[in-house]
Amino acid sequence: MSTASDIHIDREIDARGSFCPGPLMELIRGIKALPVGGVVAVLSSDSGSAKDIPAWIGKAGHEFIGAFQEAGYTRFIARKLR
Amino acid sequence: MAQTSERMSLIVFSGTVDKLMAASILATGGAAMGLEVEVFLTTWGLMAFRKGDYLTNTRVSKDFEEYGPTMMEAMQAKQSPSWMENLLGAKEVGSVKVYACSMTMELYGIHLGDLEPIVDDVTGVATFVERAREGRITLFI
Repeated sequence: MSTASDIHIDREIDARGSFCPGPLMELIRGIKALPVGGVVAVLSSDSGSAKDIPAWIGKAGHEFIGAFQEAGYTRFIARKLR
Repeated sequence: MAQTSERMSLIVFSGTVDKLMAASILATGGAAMGLEVEVFLTTWGLMAFRKGDYLTNTRVSKDFEEYGPTMMEAMQAKQSPSWMENLLGAKEVGSVKVYACSMTMELYGIHLGDLEPIVDDVTGVATFVERAREGRITLFI
């Protein structure tokens, strides 16, 4: 199984300590700022992100690369597809 | 024309911070998920959008009034964005329109210029209901 460190990340956003919908909003802004094909990671300690972030990525038509559990937070990685 | 079935309509009647917070987060979620969000401000909800009012508004719902100070302190300590910041963020990521109720405006002598710039326009209830009728989600807060 791949880990977050195997993936090339263009931009990482630290949204730890931010509440729902903060981390999702950070991800949306981060994706907007990237060119198509770019990879963004967002760090979240909000328990809502586990479902919210993949749901948004699917709805927005991007690629959900994965959610990687770290100590006290999760690193969500997505690739901008359009 | 936008896909009308993908519309979320929020009627914001309450002007207390707890309910405005809930409304702003729902608007954000709707906007993020690609819904066309329309917010109709009426009565105390409209009062909360008078210029600068949100900066000093610390009102909470009567049923949980004793939690008011605790809520405001927790929001400050954890640097939670205000409901106004959430709503501005919702506008930034998606389609969010904020309409003020013409009847409330008439009643209290409020003009569009007296309201926060986040308010897009003034509308009557019939227009709002007609647009909400085409939508999928309608909430009264």
